Amino acid sequence: MEANKFLDAKGLACPMPIVKTRKAMNDLLSGQILEIHATDKGAKNDLTAWAKSGGHELVKHEEENGILKFWIIKG
Amino acid sequence: MTMKAMSSKEVTQKIFNKQELFILDVRNESDFKDWKIEGENFEYLNIPYFELLDGVEEILGKIPANKEVLVVCAKEGSSVMVADMLSDAGLNVSYLKGGMKAWSEHLEPVKVGDLKDGGELYQFVRIGKGCLSYMVVSNGEAALIDATRMTDVYLEFANKIGAKITHVIDTHLHADHISGGRRIAEKTGAAYWLPPKDATEVTFSYQPLEDGNDVEIGSVKINIHALYSPGHTIGSTSFIVDEKYLLSGDILFIDSIGRPDLAGLAQDWVGDLRESLYKRYRELSEELIVLPAHFMIIEELNDDGIVSEKLGTLFTKNHGLNIEDENEFRKLVTENLPPQPNAYQEIRKTNMGKINPDEEKQREMEIGPNRCAVR
Repeated sequence: MEANKFLDAKGLACPMPIVKTRKAMNDLLSGQILEIHATDKGAKNDLTAWAKSGGHELVKHEEENGILKFWIIKG
Repeated sequence: MTMKAMSSKEVTQKIFNKQELFILDVRNESDFKDWKIEGENFEYLNIPYFELLDGVEEILGKIPANKEVLVVCAKEGSSVMVADMLSDAGLNVSYLKGGMKAWSEHLEPVKVGDLKDGGELYQFVRIGKGCLSYMVVSNGEAALIDATRMTDVYLEFANKIGAKITHVIDTHLHADHISGGRRIAEKTGAAYWLPPKDATEVTFSYQPLEDGNDVEIGSVKINIHALYSPGHTIGSTSFIVDEKYLLSGDILFIDSIGRPDLAGLAQDWVGDLRESLYKRYRELSEELIVLPAHFMIIEELNDDGIVSEKLGTLFTKNHGLNIEDENEFRKLVTENLPPQPNAYQEIRKTNMGKINPDEEKQREMEIGPNRCAVR
């Protein structure tokens, strides 16, 4: 999936992955995609809930060697 | 105003003492719904931290001014952030030190009672997850039953009271939490007892725990009598300690009974479960004090924080012991069961020694309530 912006949130503990995601989203236009890499296990449920409450769409997530990857379309 | 850290131990004391506490849980809604800190006089507000990044003004009106406030999150970080904002807004608040992660691992030892010929029985309440383990102490020796993976707590406790752990016993192969039994046995040189029918796939050596076995500790010989009581697992074994206490494992709880499905054989084991609860337990003295391996709801704690009840009382009050019709019983324990414990198959494999996840992974596998019962 082609992303417009990439955020490396690896090694960051809650709440930082979401704080940074929110900031990165501000630089995007509606419909553009942000790709996030994180290692905090809580990021999965939190990002899903955060995207939903903010009107964004988490379109894809995968896990590879302990790295959680997310793609969110800005709403 | 001020912000301070509150430890899991302090929260546990508030639960035992039925004190009031206002909990602002800032985890996401699904995690909160799945599992939270339970207290009889606790009030809750769940607002995810990511909705408070711009400020806490909107929720200030929802926080009572006359109550102690505790902010809770998964691992502490977000609760510190929110508590800090609330303190800037003029409130006195605390955050839960170590978050739900620490809460899940906290063990509170409580003394259940003295034994006939000297010695004591302690219950270790894992308050966040509802797991109960036991230490029977007599003349400088101790037996440990259904230990959790927080092995240091038991070792330090035994050390403090001047007892050497000589026997470690698991009533059954656990599916909801990782047993610390084997590791403690290795560290102390104690014998590790397991019911052989639950241990057919284990990768380590153990002492087979069978019906009628007597484990003795201390020079006064405290008697721990094994009673085969299958149903939750095929090997599930109960113990009668000092002819006074019935350690019922995951067969009988205070307000519920064990579920037979966590090893995938509900239909096969439902008959065993019925036989254990309705025949074998019926033959025991009603004066025995039941000490289970779990509690499910906070109401199962007595006023002193201990989870226990007379067997005779459970025969009248526990719904699971009062289902005359066998088919109805079968239905109750095989249909409409609550969700299974998180990662229960991986937990079983870990307890068999087949996989060896690191500590972080073990923590993650154990997230959530124990869910070993049907009601």
